[in-house]
Amino acid sequence: MISTLFKFHGGVHPPEHKLESAATPIVEVPLPQRLVLPLRQHVGNVPKLQVAVGDHVLKGQLLAIADGMISASVHAPTSGTIVSIDEQLIPHASGLPDLCITLQADGEDRWVEHRALEYRDLPKAAVLEALRAGGVVGLGGATFPSHVKLREDAQHPVRTLILNGAECEPYITCDDRLMRERADQIVRGIEIMQYLLGAERCVVGIEDNKPEAAQAMRDACRLSSIPIEVATVPTLYPGGGAKQLIKVLTGLEVPSGKLPTEIGVQCFNVATAYTVHRFIHHGEPVISRVVTVTGKVARPGNFEVPLGMSIAELVQAAGGAAPESTGFVMGGPMMGFNLPSAEVPVVKATNCIIASAPDLFPPLPPAMPCIRCARCADACPVNLQPQELYWFAKSSNLEKARDYHLFDCIECGCCSYVCPSRIPLVQYYRYAKSEILAADKAKQAADLARERNEFRLARIEREKQERAAKHAQKAAGAKADVAGDEAKKAAIAAAMARAQAQKAEVVPQNTADLPPAVQEEIAGIDARREAVNEEKQEN
Amino acid sequence: MIAALLVMIVLALLLGLVLGYSALRFKVEGDPLVDKIDAILPQTQCGQCGYPGCKPYATAIASGEADINQCPPGGEPGMRALADLLGVEPKPLNAEHGEPKPKSTAVIDENLCIGCTLCIQACPVDAILGAAKHMHTVIASECTGCELCVAPCPVDCISMVPIPEKVSNWKWRYPVIELKQVA
Ligand code: SF4
Ligand code: SF4
Ligand code: SF4
Repeated sequence: MISTLFKFHGGVHPPEHKLESAATPIVEVPLPQRLVLPLRQHVGNVPKLQVAVGDHVLKGQLLAIADGMISASVHAPTSGTIVSIDEQLIPHASGLPDLCITLQADGEDRWVEHRALEYRDLPKAAVLEALRAGGVVGLGGATFPSHVKLREDAQHPVRTLILNGAECEPYITCDDRLMRERADQIVRGIEIMQYLLGAERCVVGIEDNKPEAAQAMRDACRLSSIPIEVATVPTLYPGGGAKQLIKVLTGLEVPSGKLPTEIGVQCFNVATAYTVHRFIHHGEPVISRVVTVTGKVARPGNFEVPLGMSIAELVQAAGGAAPESTGFVMGGPMMGFNLPSAEVPVVKATNCIIASAPDLFPPLPPAMPCIRCARCADACPVNLQPQELYWFAKSSNLEKARDYHLFDCIECGCCSYVCPSRIPLVQYYRYAKSEILAADKAKQAADLARERNEFRLARIEREKQERAAKHAQKAAGAKADVAGDEAKKAAIAAAMARAQAQKAEVVPQNTADLPPAVQEEIAGIDARREAVNEEKQEN
Repeated sequence: MIAALLVMIVLALLLGLVLGYSALRFKVEGDPLVDKIDAILPQTQCGQCGYPGCKPYATAIASGEADINQCPPGGEPGMRALADLLGVEPKPLNAEHGEPKPKSTAVIDENLCIGCTLCIQACPVDAILGAAKHMHTVIASECTGCELCVAPCPVDCISMVPIPEKVSNWKWRYPVIELKQVA
């Protein structure tokens, strides 16, 4: 049943280091006391908070709800009390803090009411909406919200659904163990995905260094209600890149800057299929994941970890880090990054933690100038010209870098890996990409500012004209009713006369009953005042 | 010979007609060069260039009246983009017009604001919200950081605060790597 396989350009064979952690079954870690849940655990909008400090929440309860189309919800991994909502360090290459919810576990681990979804009885849109609320995102590392990718698109129907079990990055074995131990549940998830997308063909791609996982998946697929192929693909980094796996399995190339759906293919990680199954068939949102802990730890292996557990505690569960360990890498050695601290929490993107040491990842020797050997171009799985990109990025010639398809670079690190001059090429590409994205953002802001400035100028101009028009009208009006004016004047005169008469009639009350002497005095004062007033008027 | 001449003349007339027609038919509204220059300018509308806004500066550059190195918010990259567009040599920014600064937004101290509306009248992009005798506030996402509102405030309650680095706007740094000394 295995169809012909194809080959993608380039690729490298870094040492695998998978055996250390792949041998033992997934272990569930003891429930931690404190969980720190960053709101930003996925690509897209930050979800909106639904709880406040002091609230008691149950396991699986919604803490923050997806905001907009490309966003995902965050749920409580256990029952407990929200003790703070503030900025804390998160596992991010920037090493900067971000908004997090801190949950103090009450130890009861009591579930919120949850139930399975009869997805075939519901409209597909409702199922997708549920997945959005369930916090389902791609667990391969990209953490793109899955409901967006599971939408049926009339223009680009998905014919082939690809499940990515390649796990090409060295050291990582979480998908391997998941496929070995929970193949049947992954297959249930694939069935849901196939139904939502209406795909004709489903293929699971697994690298040939994982024969047990491939066998387990094959056995589980045989029992499925839909035909699912399992293909073992040659072990070649980065064979687990979405576009590379698509090429290997279908022979189709995803065009530059386009999505796989444009060629009728959609690709998901096997762990994502597993969470889709857990959510649809059990009503459990994404509150835990399998994480590989390896490198310089006492007992490397895979762990089922509640999201929000600190890396330090997780490493303890793996027997603790060896004394020579100098820090932790999240992700693999090719695409991962150094964690800013061991106190950062496990998030949806955490597939692997490597306790690093200088003998494991020796520091790069000083870079030498590029000798234009083009080995990087031979290794690049996207068929780019890394040496040109490096040149443009280095000289901050960003537009040129974009023209050379910088944004097709998947940052796999093959080019840096083979470069004889040991140039950290990917670092330059990351720098160039974020500069370009920032410039694009600034451009958008500038366009908005231009629009607002133009609007303001137009408004000021309009107000000026309106004022001028009003003045003109007034002037014209004044001339028009001179006759009316006469009548008005007469009315005013009449009113004034009436007021005068009234004033004359009024006798000051408090002087009426005074003795004659005082009356006289007052009369004198009045006379003087009259005289002064007259004098003033004469002047 | 005569035939060839005739053919050329007829051809010239025909092409002339086509060109003339298309010049009328596809006439471009406005001055495309000014718009192209304006598209590069950062739209801060701060007037540091010596013109009352970005568009007037763009017009001045297009007419050759102003130089390309007078916009501090656009900085070096902006100047380079202008040089590129106009096909002239890049030149260092003219310090007379100010130095590039980290991007900031205006913040009104809401306890001090007396509601005089002077800042509203100064803001070129209507980024300040308020009414007479009521406290004012700046819509941070729309503030360009032009500083024009700072001077008019009679109680000095507006300050320019640099935009802090967050996960959402963080950028990868330029790689700092030691180069091997070649003896
Ligand atoms: S591999 Fe390194 S030295 Fe060779 S061309 Fe690429 S960047 Fe230059
Ligand atoms: S990091 Fe980018 S340029 Fe380098 S090999 Fe990978 S895809 Fe190609
Ligand atoms: S709020 Fe002040 S600094 Fe911001 S755009 Fe308006 S005038 Fe300029």
